[in-house]
Amino acid sequence: MTSFIHRIEVHYKQDPRLKSRTDRIRSLGIPVSKLHLIDIYTIATSSRDFTHDELCRIGAQLINPVVQEYTVDTATGAFFDYAIEVGFLPGITDNIGTTAKQTIEDYYSIRFKEGESVYSSQLFFICGNISEDSLQKLTATLANPLVNRVHIKTYEEYKNKGMDPFVPYVRLHELPNAEAVDLDLDDKDLARLGKEGIPDTLTGQRRGPLALDLHQLHAIRDYFSKKGRKPTDVELESLAQTWSEHCKHTIFASSMDDDVPKGLYKTFIQAATNKIRREKGDKDICVTVFTDNSGAIIFDDSYLVTHKVETHNSPSALDPFGGALTGIVGVNRDTIGFGLGAKPCLNYYGYCVGDPDSDPVLFRGKNKANPILSPRQILDGVVRGVGVGGNCSGIPTPQGWCYFNDRYTGKPLVFAGTVGVMPFRHKGRKLFLKRAKPGDLIVMAGGRVGKDGIHGATFSSEALDPASPVTAVQIGDPITQKKLSDVIIKEARDLGLYRSITDNGAGGISCSVAEMAKECNGCHVFLDQVPLKYPGMAPWEIWISESQERMTLAIPKEKIDEFMDLVQRREVEATVIGKFTDSGRCVVEYHGDVVMDVDLDFLHDGLPKKHLKTTYTQKMYPEPKTACPAQLDQTILFMLQRKNICSKEFISTQYDHTVQGGHVLGPVQGKGRVQATASLTKVVLDSKKGVGLSQGIFPSYSEIDPYLMAAAAIDTAIRGLIAIGISLDNIALLDNFCWCSSDEPDRLGQLKRAAKGCYDFATAFGTPFISGKDSMFNDFSGFDSDNNPVRISVPPTLLISSIGIHDDVAKAVSIDAKFEGDFVYVIGETFPELGGSEYFAFLDSIGNKVPKLDTKKAKSRYQRLTAAISKEIVASAYPVNHGGLAMALAKVAIAGRIGMEIAIPSGLRPDYFLFSESLGRFVVTVSKDNKKAFEEIIGGDAMRLGTVCGRALRITGQKTIIDLPVEELETAYKSPFLGY
Amino acid sequence: MKMTSNSEKSPSGRAGKNDISNPAKTDEKAIIMSGYGINSEMETQEAFKRAGMGSDIVHINDLIAGRKKLSDYRLLVFPGGFSYGDDTGAGNAYANRVRNNLWDDLEKFLDNDTLVLGICNGFQILANLGLVPAFNKKYERDIALMPNRKGVLECRFVTLKPVSDNLWTRDIEWMYCPISHGEGNFFCSPETLVRLKTKNMITFQYCQDNLSPANGEYPYNPNGSTEDIAGITSENGKVLGLMPHPERAMNFTNLYDWPYQKEKMKREGKKLPQESLNMQFFKNIVNYFC
Repeated sequence: MTSFIHRIEVHYKQDPRLKSRTDRIRSLGIPVSKLHLIDIYTIATSSRDFTHDELCRIGAQLINPVVQEYTVDTATGAFFDYAIEVGFLPGITDNIGTTAKQTIEDYYSIRFKEGESVYSSQLFFICGNISEDSLQKLTATLANPLVNRVHIKTYEEYKNKGMDPFVPYVRLHELPNAEAVDLDLDDKDLARLGKEGIPDTLTGQRRGPLALDLHQLHAIRDYFSKKGRKPTDVELESLAQTWSEHCKHTIFASSMDDDVPKGLYKTFIQAATNKIRREKGDKDICVTVFTDNSGAIIFDDSYLVTHKVETHNSPSALDPFGGALTGIVGVNRDTIGFGLGAKPCLNYYGYCVGDPDSDPVLFRGKNKANPILSPRQILDGVVRGVGVGGNCSGIPTPQGWCYFNDRYTGKPLVFAGTVGVMPFRHKGRKLFLKRAKPGDLIVMAGGRVGKDGIHGATFSSEALDPASPVTAVQIGDPITQKKLSDVIIKEARDLGLYRSITDNGAGGISCSVAEMAKECNGCHVFLDQVPLKYPGMAPWEIWISESQERMTLAIPKEKIDEFMDLVQRREVEATVIGKFTDSGRCVVEYHGDVVMDVDLDFLHDGLPKKHLKTTYTQKMYPEPKTACPAQLDQTILFMLQRKNICSKEFISTQYDHTVQGGHVLGPVQGKGRVQATASLTKVVLDSKKGVGLSQGIFPSYSEIDPYLMAAAAIDTAIRGLIAIGISLDNIALLDNFCWCSSDEPDRLGQLKRAAKGCYDFATAFGTPFISGKDSMFNDFSGFDSDNNPVRISVPPTLLISSIGIHDDVAKAVSIDAKFEGDFVYVIGETFPELGGSEYFAFLDSIGNKVPKLDTKKAKSRYQRLTAAISKEIVASAYPVNHGGLAMALAKVAIAGRIGMEIAIPSGLRPDYFLFSESLGRFVVTVSKDNKKAFEEIIGGDAMRLGTVCGRALRITGQKTIIDLPVEELETAYKSPFLGY
Repeated sequence: MKMTSNSEKSPSGRAGKNDISNPAKTDEKAIIMSGYGINSEMETQEAFKRAGMGSDIVHINDLIAGRKKLSDYRLLVFPGGFSYGDDTGAGNAYANRVRNNLWDDLEKFLDNDTLVLGICNGFQILANLGLVPAFNKKYERDIALMPNRKGVLECRFVTLKPVSDNLWTRDIEWMYCPISHGEGNFFCSPETLVRLKTKNMITFQYCQDNLSPANGEYPYNPNGSTEDIAGITSENGKVLGLMPHPERAMNFTNLYDWPYQKEKMKREGKKLPQESLNMQFFKNIVNYFC
């Protein structure tokens, strides 16, 4: 083991980071008077030591001497009350440490040996009158116990010898082998095996849930008893991965009631796409749907674009930063793994979290064990995670959203999406098709394999031995993936060096290799060839590990040398781990022993079919009793400050949305910088076309009417793109169902209705689904501080994301009102539809009348607006959504930093007219010159509400009900997240 | 943020001078560096192509291995990106890789009639290599690009004003293009600052939309840079480091406020430009080789 340990400490002479860091800590109510930050590099070697001189030269490489200083094996001098050092736990990816190691290797032309490394940590010197409680709270904001190690010293303890050098070694003792697992158990024990996992022969501890139910375990037992042997743990874990809800989507695949014999997916999602494609005929835009890692549509004659939206909910609940980061870099791999590899060109995000101003006290375990993270910590972490992922990878993130509801407190939803671009052909080869052939080598490229993410979704505190690698969470390494992505997409693909590729996500190589094996009907893997982060992993762990940044490729023998030479030059690790066969079997060896030998048919199709029964109970909620206030100034200001309506610009500006040079309409628009509902980006720089992204999400409608929630989500996703000038013909959709308690018939009944809504509204608009993903159990079960059990389930949530191709970005329309004298219109009818609306929520009500949608009228309206925009006679357009017309008018005015004079019709209650969330509507502004042409195209659907003028938003019904300076609206709109 | 609504000085209100006309062309090729997380090489290549100069994107390891030669080029570009994830300081690790493996070739390259451009992460690399300011051709670190004042990455459009009249700024009245960095907070000692000023090495400054000084005010000066400095040259003027990204706003429709400007121009009966004024920057570089 390592015998030489040195510590280099780096600090700024004047640290520019301190003000924002101190402000942030103070905003949490911790009375820090002064803060200092020290970056630590711990160098641990065994084969050679470094002299003090050498270490000084290393220190000089790690700083900029203009602003920084370093010390070598000497504690940084300072005066403070507490020193808190935060580093990583053993086995956690340490990107900074890795970079420092590479720099040292380069500088001295050496190679660190196995077990030698550089570890980074940060030391915080805290001054202030800090109580024990505050210190704990502070530590909780600086470190996550699942990822970080923390050492705290008082000044007295520190002053003579500094912090203690610490090396987070991974220590694993035995070199375990595969074991046979006895399935000849009674049903009770068998069920326990499925629920809690295989018992470890040495410790008796369970390895973590297989999530296999009795039916499935019986099927596995029958299969192996026919073979005349017991399954190995490798086989059982592998089947558990392949048959998991995550991979097989059993709930969407199972027959349901009497009327959905083929299951929800085939009946409502796939069938919708098939019908639309048939009806569109020559105008079909789909290239690849549902079968590959992403869905793909036609961009132009030469290029296609892909899109995929994933969720990463459980990991983000445990470690928001790591969970969100691996979420986004994971979905990037779904792009790199589309066809022979598409280039990721746009990232997309969505977060459902609890109210960040709330501070719920809840625990995963009894007796205050494992407290949940606060919504604020979760929000901060996921925002940063997706940002780091996209920014470091050079992928712009122009579009996304945030939705708040207390029912996301136990389990946040984190959506991460990526759009890719790829030529249809390269030198005659169709790049969107792939097929491994028998004899092709199986190559794993990218990162190494550790215990990361094994049985990731669950963990127990007992499992967290201080010297054991953390398995529940992973930290991504975007730079390792960027190197991998670059060498594949920008070099190897067009050199024709491989025949098939897929990403390693859930289930690791056990899923990716078995999936690719379908293309040629077999595979033979040598697990001992897989490069590991540290020795001592069991074969089943290597097989199902979810370590990040890995792709699996099928490489013809004659190309392997060229491929290996190329990746070596790009410093990307790649290893042959087996070969594809046509044996019909998935065979896995470990040090000469066959540890898995399962028929591919059984592996992929042996899963016993389920039949699900649903019920549905229409819920009724009291209607609000409030009368319409005579004056709505205060109301509109409060509404603009609602977290689901106000500006979350702090997210947009910390996400690079201009890299790759295609920015057209960004995340915020206009002089007043209002967040837009859709973005537009050129993904092929010399084309005049662009890619638009938008979405619809209305979780507050689901408990009232899940069918209409689907209507709202689909209509809003489409309308966002219509508003920037994309034609309905060029729009495709993606569905993400995030449900709760999906073993309860009533929840399944809601699911069925939502799925039926997806079919009805997608087919009515002719917008095909091209990809989708579901996450069915977003429930939190835990305890309050008095050990009372608490269960929090997310509201059934359907995210519809849309992607569309703009024919000419120079004709695109932004959301901001532009010039005085322009006319303001609302297009589309307004009904008293406020059930589940933001306004009713503001009134502490839910109500029952969720917006309905007349798709026939809407479709024709959208086509007419597209025609008007293509004639360039629309100055601005905004799709009415959360908070209704009043919010739309206010945002259009704020964005333009210009006032409006609006008269609303009589009939409806003014507040209902202004805050109704009726679908299918737009607010548009049109110049006087274009009025006639505009009204001719749009017809009676367009209602002129007033004009753009002055500096105030003035809305008049019978009398003036709103009269506020736009500046005041802007302040309200931007105030809730000002300090973020 | 205060934006001019009707002012003629509104940043994207005009096209570049060479709009649509044929730019000058050169047979010289640029070498655009890539690898380890650099990520803006393709749009940088596109910018030079449009300005009339071809280029090769070369992975640093191919230079180190001798598969490509620096001496075959006269323009070296370090594009934007996140080399090594900004670990150990933005641009520092990539600069170390250059210094530890390519230093002799680089020094020879600098001695010839050549230009070097570093944008964003490229500027951070140049600063850590000491290629700017390089007083008396001493390649030492004299400046730093520190973490932004706000402590997070900032992506937004900024207005830039040329400060010196040199080959890089010719015919540029202003530029309007994105920044996107976590560490762009320019810092140097007071003595260095005086030298930068007296030798006219400060090339671009962040400014307000009406081109009056930003005076450190956020968001015009987006990161806290000393004296609103956005870009400086080496003492001999042949190396430029620039934090903002003109290559990300080559077209009129790339500009933040183009929908507004378009409506305005349409109503004034003006013809809409294709290119943005930022292209002049690249044309100036290409002109040097013509």
